[in-house]
Amino acid sequence: MLSSAPTKLISDDGRRADGRRLDQLREIKMEVSTLKNADGSAYVAYGKTRVMVAVYGPRELHPKHLALPDRAILRCRYHMAPFSVEVRKSPAPSRREIELSKVIREALEPAVFTELYPRTSIDVFIEVLQADGSTRCASITAASLALADAGVAMRDLVAAVAVGKVEGKLVLDVMDVEDKYGEADLPVAMMPSKKAVTLIQMDGQLTFEEFKEAFNLAVKGCNQVYDLQKEALRRHFAPKIEELEGGMSSG
Amino acid sequence: MPVFFSQRQFVVPGELLAEGNYVAGSNVYRVGNMFFSSSVGLAELKDRTVTVIALSGCYIPRPADLVIGEIVEVSMASWMVDINSPYQAILFASEFLSKPLNPLKEDPRRYLDVGDMVIAKVLNFDRTRNPSLTAREKGLGKITKGIVVEIDVTKIPRVIGRRGSMVSMLKKETGCEIIVGQNGRIWISGKTREDEMIVMEAIKKIEREAHTSGLTDRVRELILKMKKSQGG
Repeated sequence: MLSSAPTKLISDDGRRADGRRLDQLREIKMEVSTLKNADGSAYVAYGKTRVMVAVYGPRELHPKHLALPDRAILRCRYHMAPFSVEVRKSPAPSRREIELSKVIREALEPAVFTELYPRTSIDVFIEVLQADGSTRCASITAASLALADAGVAMRDLVAAVAVGKVEGKLVLDVMDVEDKYGEADLPVAMMPSKKAVTLIQMDGQLTFEEFKEAFNLAVKGCNQVYDLQKEALRRHFAPKIEELEGGMSSG
Repeated sequence: MPVFFSQRQFVVPGELLAEGNYVAGSNVYRVGNMFFSSSVGLAELKDRTVTVIALSGCYIPRPADLVIGEIVEVSMASWMVDINSPYQAILFASEFLSKPLNPLKEDPRRYLDVGDMVIAKVLNFDRTRNPSLTAREKGLGKITKGIVVEIDVTKIPRVIGRRGSMVSMLKKETGCEIIVGQNGRIWISGKTREDEMIVMEAIKKIEREAHTSGLTDRVRELILKMKKSQGG
């Protein structure tokens, strides 16, 4: 059953459809190294949006004629599982998925030291398991974790979050209903410690003032996501570290 | 000139490590006079060099590295070798045989065929061309006995141990010959297959518990226990 348009997306006391405040992220879950056979992998959930990413590489590139003499090529595949949305989606890559693959690749590329791995490819496979808005942002966040897990050299992690305009108010971390029935959507990906934006898109209309405010809200959100990313990596790797320090001293 | 980490602190890509007059070591990049980590790992400062010991990653060949490779292709006077790296290595016949190989008279497959494994050294590699290998030193060449195990490249230093302490313990306790390739492959050859299996189990344990304390002692215990159960 398709849900019909809700009458109100923001209640009078400033709560959103799922009870969040306007500037509140959904519950974010991150897990690193979830797939055994990939060189690097990660699982990220922004509320009900769930994404799994596998990274392979740097590895020998086939077909060889695509290889670049001075750097690695980054290949991305964003794909939505047929069961990720309410009405079954055809598993064939749609126009939208092809475009998002490109957009995500371009959001990740500035972070990766491709020049360290000439003539190779780094392959990123993104599978959206459940879609509830901001899938591209969750994908970018997960992909950068998976790249870090694979040990690919990077300038910084990439964190992403979307800001939307719903019933005249700016909201952080847009979910599906807000995206569908809201007035605007502004996904932002950035390298937080570099203060560099790697992706910014806008759908809908914002005034210049609104845009500035929305952008600042997105930066705030990205920084929160960034902290969660660092924590997720620490959770995966750090138990081994504390022990390592002891291990080194006792030989 | 501040340093923003304590010795062997866990860092992630993009973390600011130091500012000022330092040198960027491995897995560290500089912007102006700021030094950042480019990898998940442990930050270290030695003299003025800031390095990060990576906790994951692939094998990138370096000249003089000892590696264990598998032949994947035979050409007229050379072999292509898989060395568990993004880059396939080439082993020229002249770097494997002491005499020149005449492909008109001789089939290179007589010496090495697809699937054979070799112990070799990286001659040179600059990332613009594939690495080349040599096997013309003592101890190098085709593997004719024993077994090869493959582990995570970043765990190799633990298998070697401090100044070779771990690997020499393994050799002493089991009487096996062991050669540790920098590319994550380890060759083990003992008097019996059982001895080799003991070393393999020990290495798997090192890989699993690479970062736990007192590992050498626990691995020794494991070996003694396995030897006992075999004897009894």
